[in-house]
Amino acid sequence: MTMLLRAIRAEFAKLLTTRIWWILAAVLFGYIGMLSGGLAALFAGIQSGAIDPSAAGTGTGTQGTPPLGSLPPLVYSFASSVGYVFPVLLGALATTGEFRHQTLTPTFLANPRRAQVLGAKVITLFLAGAAFGAIALLASVGIGALVINAFGVDTLLGDSATWSLIGRTVIAMALWAAVGVGLGVLVPSQVASIVIVLAFTQFVEPLLRFASMFTEATAGIATFLPGAASDALVGASIFTMAGPVGGATSTLDWWQGGLVLLAYAAAATVGGYFVSWRRDVT
Amino acid sequence: MPVGAVIEFSNITKRFGDVTAVDDLSFTVEPGRVTGFLGPNGAGKTTTLRMLLGLVSPSSGTATFGGLRYHDLPHPLATVGAALEAASFHPGRTARNHLAICATAAGLPSARVAEVLHLVGLAEHGGQRAGVYSLGMRQRLGLACTLLGDPGVLVLDEPINGLDPEGIKWIRGFLRDMAAEGRTVLVSSHLLSEVQQSVDDVIIIAKGRLVHRGPLSSLETQVAPQVVVDSPDRAALASALSQAGVAFSPGRTGLLAAATDPATIGHIAFTAGVEVSALHRQKKGLEDAFLALVDGGDSL
Ligand SMILES: Nc1ncnc2c1ncn2[C@@H]1O[C@H](COP(=O)(O)OP(=O)(O)OP(=O)(O)O)[C@@H](O)[C@H]1O
Ligand SMILES: [Mg+2]
Repeated sequence: MTMLLRAIRAEFAKLLTTRIWWILAAVLFGYIGMLSGGLAALFAGIQSGAIDPSAAGTGTGTQGTPPLGSLPPLVYSFASSVGYVFPVLLGALATTGEFRHQTLTPTFLANPRRAQVLGAKVITLFLAGAAFGAIALLASVGIGALVINAFGVDTLLGDSATWSLIGRTVIAMALWAAVGVGLGVLVPSQVASIVIVLAFTQFVEPLLRFASMFTEATAGIATFLPGAASDALVGASIFTMAGPVGGATSTLDWWQGGLVLLAYAAAATVGGYFVSWRRDVT
Repeated sequence: MPVGAVIEFSNITKRFGDVTAVDDLSFTVEPGRVTGFLGPNGAGKTTTLRMLLGLVSPSSGTATFGGLRYHDLPHPLATVGAALEAASFHPGRTARNHLAICATAAGLPSARVAEVLHLVGLAEHGGQRAGVYSLGMRQRLGLACTLLGDPGVLVLDEPINGLDPEGIKWIRGFLRDMAAEGRTVLVSSHLLSEVQQSVDDVIIIAKGRLVHRGPLSSLETQVAPQVVVDSPDRAALASALSQAGVAFSPGRTGLLAAATDPATIGHIAFTAGVEVSALHRQKKGLEDAFLALVDGGDSL
């Protein structure tokens, strides 16, 4: 046990002694803050009548705006529904960096128990991902609620449902960082890993989720996509609201979503252990 | 004082696909001595050391410290200090943080970090990122890592590469001191001359195979002794040597005569009335022996 704690402390020290964590954290905060603030202003403005819907962009009218009452959770959930790419990147970079900079040599010299080192990395990144969740929520809830409140719309911050959404967002972000570690050992090439993260999260999965909504069967399968599972875990997302009108929208229960995401992290990590982690370090 | 353990390689072999990098090596490395592990580029030195340290898994055979594999050592960094070629540090991390991470991971006191930085002469540069370090500074940082746990065994892969003359002098003294304290010191190099002054024993490999092992002096017996002799009148010198029955061959700076003592050659020239312009023992004997041994290894 003390051995594992030691390994976790070393992994934390590794994470905190390079610049990548705070660069990602700063971009995460800025990006989510802008998005939450901007969209909160737009939707709350429309809801409160301060903004004329026909003036708001493409002229789809009120069709795209969420029904009254669901706006705050939607805005708050940007923390994970949009921000999840950041903990994935953090986890993937922390892992692929060891291959890229050949730091696996000193790492395995100090602790030759490789499975333990990988376990410590997953635990460390899980906690760091939770911290990223807190940072993202500071942006989405902090700035979002301020703006919503400014338009005189209820922020729902007194609502326990809102706080459980916040708690589940932290869990989702933590799990995403663990998924990142798994991806990093599965695809140790840093460049390839980053390309996969960006392509999958920003393009492939959104497209798959959108396309799957047109039939029942595919919609059911699409709920097991990692992003969909994460949204199910959190309980609100831009995707579940922006589907085609009358399209099939099925989601998992929040705890099922969490388990699916956990399964992705576990499968990738265990697979990666055999693919790269226990290989020769030359 | 930490005590050295015996390093033992037994029938260790490593194949990378079709390439047999290390081929059935067996030898031991004793405490209290500096052992040079020599071979030309690509001979398999780094691969052998990485197998010893559990970083590369052998295709067959074992490598142990006092009977234990690296993986089974209860306190690896307190038993073995290893610095591998191209020591690897995250370029964005300071030297001090790098050492602190190793110390944390190995459960060593963090006070050691400042001590080892001082020991290798990096005390003033501990706060710099490793990415801006020169090759020599990285070598020193690698050495600092090996000293963290004050181990009884040191395994150093080409530690002299990139060091300045002062650094080379320092590390030679350092290796001798470590061995004198009873530690086991294994140092690899592709140049005998680089370690010649500090090693007691040599282990020479070529193409992954053991070609020679023994005390440094054992190498001398591998080459026939030679004396370099020259004269303004080389032809006369050559005939004098032939008449005296001494075998010789033309060299770059004179004739290379097969003899142990320059005095015998001097006498031959004197009695033949040939003027001598150079007369000394061939100094490169060890290096030549080394090259002759690894010749089959097609050095790159
Ligand atoms: N990961 C690898 N995959 C394939 N071949 C490898 C690998 N690592 C080493 N080799 C091969 O094994 C042989 C021995 O390499 P090694 O690095 O051990 O030599 P060395 O004695 O340390 O050489 P140098 O003096 O250049 O450092 C070489 O032919 C090399 O190409
Ligand atoms: Mg080498």
